[in-house]
Amino acid sequence: MTAENCPPEAYQIEGALVLDPFTGREWSGPVVVEGGRVVEAPSGAVPVRRVEADGLWLVPRLVDIHVHFRSPGQEWKEDLESGSKAAAAGGMTAVATMPNTVPPVDDPALVTWQRSTGERLGYTQIWPIGAVTRGLAGETLADLWRMQEAGAVAFSDDGRPVWDSRLMRSALTYSQSLRVPIIQHAEDPRLFEGAAMHEGAVSLRLGIPAGPAEAESVMVWRDVQLAALTGGRLHIAHLSAPGSLEAVAWAKARGLRVTAEVTPHHLLLTDEAVAEWGYHAVTKVNPPLRPQAVRDALIEAVCQGVVEVIASDHAPHHADEKALPYAEAPFGIAGLETSLGVVLTVLVHTGRLKPIDAFRRMSAAPHAVLGLSYPGIVPGAAADLTLIDPYHEWTVEPERFYSKGKNTPLAGMRLKGRAVATMVRGIWVMREGAVSAACWDA
Amino acid sequence: MDDFLGIAELSTKTLEDLLDTAQALSEILSRPIKKVPTLRGRAIANAFFEPSTRTRNAFELAAKYLSADVVNFSSTGSSLEKGESVWDTVKTLEALGVDAVVVRHREAGVPQLMAERLAIPVINAGDGEHEHPTQALLDLLTVRQRFGRLQGLRVAIVGDVLHSRVARSDLYGFLALGARVTLVGPPGLVSEEWREWGAEVTWDLAQGIRGAHVVQVLRIQRERQAQGLLPSWQEYRERWGITREHLGWADPNVLVLHPGPQNRGVEIDSEVLEGAQSAVLDQVRNGVAVRMAVLYRLLGGAAE
Repeated sequence: MTAENCPPEAYQIEGALVLDPFTGREWSGPVVVEGGRVVEAPSGAVPVRRVEADGLWLVPRLVDIHVHFRSPGQEWKEDLESGSKAAAAGGMTAVATMPNTVPPVDDPALVTWQRSTGERLGYTQIWPIGAVTRGLAGETLADLWRMQEAGAVAFSDDGRPVWDSRLMRSALTYSQSLRVPIIQHAEDPRLFEGAAMHEGAVSLRLGIPAGPAEAESVMVWRDVQLAALTGGRLHIAHLSAPGSLEAVAWAKARGLRVTAEVTPHHLLLTDEAVAEWGYHAVTKVNPPLRPQAVRDALIEAVCQGVVEVIASDHAPHHADEKALPYAEAPFGIAGLETSLGVVLTVLVHTGRLKPIDAFRRMSAAPHAVLGLSYPGIVPGAAADLTLIDPYHEWTVEPERFYSKGKNTPLAGMRLKGRAVATMVRGIWVMREGAVSAACWDA
Repeated sequence: MDDFLGIAELSTKTLEDLLDTAQALSEILSRPIKKVPTLRGRAIANAFFEPSTRTRNAFELAAKYLSADVVNFSSTGSSLEKGESVWDTVKTLEALGVDAVVVRHREAGVPQLMAERLAIPVINAGDGEHEHPTQALLDLLTVRQRFGRLQGLRVAIVGDVLHSRVARSDLYGFLALGARVTLVGPPGLVSEEWREWGAEVTWDLAQGIRGAHVVQVLRIQRERQAQGLLPSWQEYRERWGITREHLGWADPNVLVLHPGPQNRGVEIDSEVLEGAQSAVLDQVRNGVAVRMAVLYRLLGGAAE
């Protein structure tokens, strides 16, 4: 439980450079928060606490629209509380959770439960994504409208594709009436069957079963054609293949409602990491880490805006599961607590993107993808704010994660920049790396 | 050398030393009493998580000829079927007091991951599609015995190269010792990427084995057909099978190797397998000698 029962306070955040991707404005000046909202000036009704933020950046409503919180059903990997705390630690004021739980989130009751549990916990806002198909079985449409009424923000069978072309057509057609996207985990199941990594020079050397990048792009090409046919909204999850980039660019050139995201790990690492980690399944992720040329193309696509969203695909697993032999271990990297650091390290400190443009891909852009509005830092806006120390260098130590999932090939790496405080609806949920429900002075 | 995990990581010197040791130890195999006390008091575990006949028997006999005790573990009927992890299985073997563990597993990298967990030496007896290093040693030894050298020989490796751990280990070994290697196989079962490593790559059997001194014939697995990678066995045999007729393209003194078990009439014809150019029984015999050499090198023969 967060500090809702603390004595009410207003906060005057001073000294920070405000970067607001929602309005496109950058300024230095105090931001005042009272009653859970951004205000012009303190009302005087409650004490005002000054928050010194010299040298820090202040960014509104950072979100991660692709996370796995594993609840219900796999709480040994993650639960809503540990996942929410990980989000707060990573500076994310909202997350969209994938529905491939056990049972899957294909029913309004589960949507309501996840959303309200997130609100009760208060560390971040949980935006449930509902299943496209009942039971994730890929056979019949789930009750998309009823789930949306309960609070679902999008639909996906993530973890597996909607591979049946007719059903995908139906989903894209039907969801138009809901004005939300179908988020596709694009993977031709036969082309990637039995594969555990990217097919290329590294897999050949290691002898690990592998699949080609085209396992992804053939389905992205199919889906953009279906988006053209239906006029539906399509969002490509964790895009990782050059052919997928071409398909998305093709769709955008035609004015189709097609968007895409990449993960920080595909922007940072290559399949050489699989060799460097010597068969430890910590590098096993789907889609798999790709060669350097693909990584370069993904970075370029993010900078050019072909891909507009960065999302972590935070996929926590238990250490015993990740300790299995490579091909038997589950796919996934726990990324919520390193996402911001990777983006700053790879895109901002290298000069590839201006800070506000990098943050746009984790705030305004994902809002647009989901059709959600947020006004930016203006009076009346919900006070969902993140303070970032852009120059803080730190070492990734998974044992210090709030997530139950310690599975990351970034372990031991140096990153530059991280969230130092997170505020959700006017309440500080994380300060100096510590996620806490305690009141400020406690 | 603390473990024996792959040919790729061995220096040329180590490779040559192992072959020399194997050559010296092979003399024991022709004695009437095939037993030396070198590893008396030592215990070796054969941990085969995947079926094997000749490799396991060769390791067992190699250990016994050196007077080591052997415990054989196989996954059927074991604690693995009760849900135990492979790591716990080998940790248990180590706690039982064995001095080395020989591992065969269907997944690449398992011996390496075991070696990180165990203080005792781990010997790779074949891991997934990664390496089968003792197979390469016995192939190298067999060829060296016949030609007296490896430098400058032309070696063709024919068949399902992509899925073969034998092909990878052979490739590293023959290249390291100065042979020229051509990889021959159907499109989809041999990768152009191997050119980067110094091999020649071709789909054309005639071109691939022309002038070859050594033809290593890989086993073709039945499942490749079900996976849609190959047409009928008849077509495979006519294009890539080592028949007497096809062997005419090779050097007249060509040596034919096969790691076994063979599919007669598919990748190799009986008349070739049993013909004068076939070295398959030498391979099996040398398989014991090279495993003696590996055990000797890792366990040092320093038992009291």
